[in-house]
Amino acid sequence: MPAGVAVALLVLPLVALIIRAPWTQLPALLAEPTVVQALGLSLATASISTLVCLVLGVPLALVLAGSAQWPAVPRRLLRALITVPLVLPPVVGGVALLLLLGRRGIIGQWLPFTIPFTPAAVVIAQVFVSMPFLVIAVEGALRASDSRFEVAAATLGASRFTILRRITLPLVAPGIASGALLCFTRSLGEFGATITFAGSFPGTTQTLPISTYLLLQTDPNAAIALSLVLMVVSVAVLVSLRDRWVPGVLA
Amino acid sequence: MSLAASLAVTARGVSLDLVVEQGRTLALLGPNGAGKSTVLGALAGLVDYTGTVRVGDRSLDGVEPEHRRVGYLFQDYLLFPHLSVLENVAFGPRAQGTGKIASRASAGEWLERLGIAELAARRSQQLSGGQQQRVALARALASEPELLLLDEPLAALDVEIRDEVRSELAEHIHDWGGLTIVVTHSFDDVTALAADVIVLEKGAATQRGSVRELIAEPATSYVRKLVASWSED
Amino acid sequence: MKKPLIALATVLALAGCSTPAPASAPTDAPADTLRGTITVFAAASLSDSFRAIADAFTEQHPGVDVVFNFGGSSGLATQIVEEAPADVFAAASPATMTTVTDAALTDGEPVTFATNVLEIAVASGNPGGITGLADFADADKTLALCAAEVPCGAAAAKLFESAGITPSVDTYEQDVKAVLTKVELGEVDAGIVYVTDVRSAGDAIEGIEVDSAPVSYPIATLSGSTNPVAAHAFVDFVLSDAGQGILRAAGFGAP
Repeated sequence: MPAGVAVALLVLPLVALIIRAPWTQLPALLAEPTVVQALGLSLATASISTLVCLVLGVPLALVLAGSAQWPAVPRRLLRALITVPLVLPPVVGGVALLLLLGRRGIIGQWLPFTIPFTPAAVVIAQVFVSMPFLVIAVEGALRASDSRFEVAAATLGASRFTILRRITLPLVAPGIASGALLCFTRSLGEFGATITFAGSFPGTTQTLPISTYLLLQTDPNAAIALSLVLMVVSVAVLVSLRDRWVPGVLA
Repeated sequence: MSLAASLAVTARGVSLDLVVEQGRTLALLGPNGAGKSTVLGALAGLVDYTGTVRVGDRSLDGVEPEHRRVGYLFQDYLLFPHLSVLENVAFGPRAQGTGKIASRASAGEWLERLGIAELAARRSQQLSGGQQQRVALARALASEPELLLLDEPLAALDVEIRDEVRSELAEHIHDWGGLTIVVTHSFDDVTALAADVIVLEKGAATQRGSVRELIAEPATSYVRKLVASWSED
Repeated sequence: MKKPLIALATVLALAGCSTPAPASAPTDAPADTLRGTITVFAAASLSDSFRAIADAFTEQHPGVDVVFNFGGSSGLATQIVEEAPADVFAAASPATMTTVTDAALTDGEPVTFATNVLEIAVASGNPGGITGLADFADADKTLALCAAEVPCGAAAAKLFESAGITPSVDTYEQDVKAVLTKVELGEVDAGIVYVTDVRSAGDAIEGIEVDSAPVSYPIATLSGSTNPVAAHAFVDFVLSDAGQGILRAAGFGAP
């Protein structure tokens, strides 16, 4: 029973969205330059954010997975800090980013350029909220993988770097792939931190979720249509990449 | 060349002196928990130890596992699941800096020598236990070790195929001819694979000698029982 | 098994709470016999004034509980059209009220109860050196407006149009509060908000007056009200001298 309620709670709102979608207006809406612009910006920034998350998040996951020998306090503290963006309201995350990197921010005031209101700010906001998904997924995969394969590689003469590159990372590739997917879809849907830190300007920082929210004020039908686009893109990415990458690696 | 070791792993209450001569495989025989695998781990540099380990005139003390040139055949073989058989065997040479093509060529030769060339493209999940063991042996030997350690090499196999695999393994080790230690709790393994034996009980040697001497004069009740049940077969 | 059930029960209990209690007062009862709960949907810019008004109102009618739902006017209008349980709607623009009247959900014609005018908001001390609307054409200044989709943005767009200025904007925010946050943190040199927002932001924000046409704030009781008597009484109170006094103190203009 609770499982059924859970599925209903997760799926029925999406069904409602599909039922209420203005299907006849949809083609015209999606051809609107502002929509195309917002979708393009969203896809581009979410892709870059995912790359940044991979480059920074995988090493962090490795450190975290290797932290078993650390004293308990710093280990737990690090783990807790990494998960904070998951529970922080994204708007608060956006304010925090402003306080750090904004024009008057702790670091931002020393920078020769301003970050807010640029696509770079969109990427930073997305990385902030979505990195924990990648780190947690990869760390989980690392913990679940058999570390004796690494020992076996060492007896064959492999250096630590070779082991990491040719054994450890390929073995957790499914975890990395699903982490990256979560990262991408979370970035694609990011709203609160983005609008707070990066603002909202068409073509520069106004991503699809932001234009969706703004449209909701004046044209709910159009907003539903845009939500549908986000949903379809996310589901398509999840379904297609999951089948292609994940089971193949360890099959 | 020979191996001479005098080592202790105090944390696990294991202490042992041993010498292995080229061409005379040493069996470490003992019940579960006697410390046999600990000794292998120390020799491979995977377990911290005090004492000295020398292969020829080279000291292995403080040398990282990847630089010891000690091959290790694990009980469950640990073939890399994301690599083909050929890639598994080529891993050692490749990791030691040999080029990709040359590594694959030498891996192919090893598969040929062990009679499993037709498995080259398979993944470890598609192999039988006996095939996995031979691939693991090829992988260990392809990395050109000076000392080969075999940890219960037949324990993971079905009883019916053990005898056949065992005699093939003995042949391959003989052909290879390097320094070899085999850890086992089976007297069949000892007689088939080894020339000399050290009996390890509770972390210390209770008897050493040739296999023949052991059969003639078992020193402990553990050895007596093993020999008795072996001669009944 | 226990935990999901408890969670479900909590959700149901919370859902139950938000449903207004049925009105029990007879239609022609004297004011002090008003009973029950009324739910007031009001524009976010009204939150301080309406809380004060509700305090004064319940002092006169201790039997009534006033529950608020403050938010962006357009969002509230959408919720009402989607049949959210509400007794009174106070909007920040006639346009958002039209959404509700078009759906025939008001009980009688909406009445204008206050007006508001736009102002330039700058951080205290005016670090960006903003002097007037003309500065908004300067590409070197960072400036925030509300998005055109929300009332404050629509009003700002009209303001610039009538002043003949093309503003060089860096960000279109989702509401007034977001504009004020950006101004307060110094991320932008200036923003356009309502005078009442500048007033309620306190010392951190300074206002610069501009010549803007006032927007009117309409209020109406809703036909779906389960407590129409108390709802009408609340609207009457907003329009009374006491209610108007509170609004005037917050910076709102007379209707």
